Amino acid sequence: MKQATLTYKLMMAATGLFLCFFLVIHLLGNLQLLLPESEAREQFNWYSHLLSGNILIKIISYILYLSLIGHAVYALIITRKNIAANGSKYVYDKRSQVSAWNSRNMGILGTIILIFLIIHFKDYWYVYKFGHLPLDAKGNKDLYSIVITSFQQGWYIIIYELSFIALGFHLLHGFFSASRTLGLYHPKYSGAVRVFGWVYSLAITLGFMLIPIYIYFNLNAL
Amino acid sequence: MKLYLKVWRQEHKESKGNMVNYEVDGISAHMSFLEMLDLLNERLIGKGERVIEFDHDCREGICGACGMMINGRAHGPLTGTTTCQLHMRGFKDGETVYIEPFRATAFPVLRDLKIDRSAFDHIIQSGGYISASTGQAPESNSIPIAHEVTEAAFDAAACIGCGACVATCKNSSAALFTSAKISHLVLLPQGKLESADRVIKMVGQMDAEGFGHCSNTEACEVECPQEISVLHIGRMNYEYNKALLLKK
Repeated sequence: MKQATLTYKLMMAATGLFLCFFLVIHLLGNLQLLLPESEAREQFNWYSHLLSGNILIKIISYILYLSLIGHAVYALIITRKNIAANGSKYVYDKRSQVSAWNSRNMGILGTIILIFLIIHFKDYWYVYKFGHLPLDAKGNKDLYSIVITSFQQGWYIIIYELSFIALGFHLLHGFFSASRTLGLYHPKYSGAVRVFGWVYSLAITLGFMLIPIYIYFNLNAL
Repeated sequence: MKLYLKVWRQEHKESKGNMVNYEVDGISAHMSFLEMLDLLNERLIGKGERVIEFDHDCREGICGACGMMINGRAHGPLTGTTTCQLHMRGFKDGETVYIEPFRATAFPVLRDLKIDRSAFDHIIQSGGYISASTGQAPESNSIPIAHEVTEAAFDAAACIGCGACVATCKNSSAALFTSAKISHLVLLPQGKLESADRVIKMVGQMDAEGFGHCSNTEACEVECPQEISVLHIGRMNYEYNKALLLKK
């Protein structure tokens, strides 16, 4: 069947919500970095090892890669079609007065997140999977040291913090928008989802923002 | 009062248009925006120039015929108002006012500020009706409908199809218009019967006309003269998803 505008949006919503779910798990895992240093190293390395070995996690990680690619590819297709639908531009345009800027600029926010992800994958995912890491006392790859070392540089932290802010605004619109695409129209629950979206976006954003800052001010590279 | 207008002039559908400057003196604050354009047109006729063409009909804010971008906003700076209900008291003496047609690929400009909104008619024709055998009008109370339901259906039916939602949407999406029509019918027992078929057809037609995707920026609800709720878009999505799932 020929895909309708609404089915494209359904794909965006489904992949987006899966990524939202993943962010929760990712943040919870990363919060282990905030434990006292002696515990954090072994715990975090053990956790990383657990994730990389488990078959269930492997399946989920493939869904994750597909969701990321799907979300970006569908966004591109949708944007192209929207540009075609707009036709000629307004000479004088003040339409931005009646909507929130993040809702209009999801593509730009998404692009910032995508660039961040390339850096993020290269520095941790690639290094962990294909690089030669030293081992910790328990014989697990010492990802912890890599993380602590990378967050000693101020510019690196700035890249992370700015990306998290972009992520926060993206989530703020994306979470609620997905609920509407899925068909939530009841005024009471629609409002509740919006509030939940606020809480969720704030918790995720602040949670991720806290970690690099905490490491920078509290831990020294070895 | 005196205004400096910059008005989109375009000869016909295929020609290239451009903004033309006009100085209009002697505008009364009590005039509606369309009456101000009438005044300018009278003077253009006097000078033997072609008048600025624009759509209008009832001039009391209920027909949906008029509609233009005024200073970059659909139906001008006020919310919940059609262009004919916008009055000159809302403008300052000596102000520059930009006037353009509603723009979207699905709404081609016919001339000046006049656009072709047949795309909306095609969406309605594709499924915005209830199939009923002709004959005598049935007894109106044979199907009981709760008062809140009729009110909710009427809130959706209040859409006048002016196209401000499309014009103000960053994606030129017709989601608010189409969803208002779908919501209006699906709320009522007579309309429920064909809901799955209707939503598939109307959404299909909306896409075929070349409208964009809904990004849920909710700008349309703000600019809609009838203040149609964006929750109807949620309902359209619900009906569409349900139809997709249950389709044989």
